[in-house]
Amino acid sequence: MGFDQYHEPPEELSAETRTFARLCASLEEESQAIGWYQQRLAVEPDPEARAIMEDAQGEEFKHFAMDLEFLLRRTPRWRQIAEGVLFQEGDIVEHGEAAEAASEGGEEDGGSSTDGSLGIGSLKEVAR
Amino acid sequence: MNHLMRQLAPISDTSWELLDDEARERLSGALAARRLVDFHGPRGWEHACVNLGRTKALQAAPCDGVSGRQRQVQPLVELRADFSISLEELRDNDRGAFDADLEPLDKAARQIAIAENVAVFHGWAEAGIAGIAEASVVGAQPLGGSAEEYPRSVARAVESLREVGVDGPYGLALGPDEYTRVIETAEHGGYPLFDHLAKILAGPIVWAPGVKGAVVLSLRGGDFLFESGQDLAVGYSHHDADAVHLYLEESFSFVVATPEAAAPLSS
Repeated sequence: MGFDQYHEPPEELSAETRTFARLCASLEEESQAIGWYQQRLAVEPDPEARAIMEDAQGEEFKHFAMDLEFLLRRTPRWRQIAEGVLFQEGDIVEHGEAAEAASEGGEEDGGSSTDGSLGIGSLKEVAR
Repeated sequence: MNHLMRQLAPISDTSWELLDDEARERLSGALAARRLVDFHGPRGWEHACVNLGRTKALQAAPCDGVSGRQRQVQPLVELRADFSISLEELRDNDRGAFDADLEPLDKAARQIAIAENVAVFHGWAEAGIAGIAEASVVGAQPLGGSAEEYPRSVARAVESLREVGVDGPYGLALGPDEYTRVIETAEHGGYPLFDHLAKILAGPIVWAPGVKGAVVLSLRGGDFLFESGQDLAVGYSHHDADAVHLYLEESFSFVVATPEAAAPLSS
């Protein structure tokens, strides 16, 4: 088994960063699986097989969403940009540019996360 | 601008960064409960209560032929610690000084962290919060007068949790005095007491200012729920010619879902 999710020597990374990297790798794998199922569904004629694939793809949607939510909770700036883009009507690129600009050089509220909080959250994973 | 009113403060971006970094650093070390219990949220300043999923039957209904039940919730509490920082210190920081006096912020951070720890581990009756130690159905056992007795006490506590079907890993919250004793002590043969306890627990040992004695608790999840509304933040109150008056604030509540998942140890 490899440890390809680490780009830097793992022993030099904090436990928090290693967890972050694992979830990033997981996010990547889920999106890859979603893409694979999409392709299989596009060519599979058997309705029973399609039903199974659709069910499996739904699982990957859920996994992807959970991975993403975890990462956004741990990364205030990423969360801020995502909040400016996700579930918004209108031009995606414009929203992206605006959200990125808002996240640079101090937030709108002068805070360190979208709600102005210190972004501390849970410390459970970094104990000991 | 949100309720923290940070934009109204006479504080540069550089100095806000200094204050936030200092607060984050001071708080992270002292927020023991967040290292051991499940953290939900933050759900926002508007979030007002925890859904307990229970109801209370109402005696009277608006008319005949119907009955009523009222949802039970646990309201969030707002915790706030005020402090003041000299404007002169912040101006010097803007000039590049690297030794700004942030003692009032450090003190406020310590106070609010202790308050959070106490609420979680020992409760806050007026706020309707039952603490882990008080809610535990396992009676408090003595931790021991000397650090050499700690491994036996902790092992017994772990065993008492296993006996009632509460799996590990387990964590240990230690009051500051008890924590100091642990890290200062080596057992026979020079084996650090800290490592011995960690082996018994298979989980973290946490420095927990505000905790009296110690608490062993399961980290399997789902037993202790900390619900955050507004996570800890630095807000602006007002300023005068000499100082800016700020505060640390959060809103939260805490619920013990499994009282048998913790074993308190008295000092």
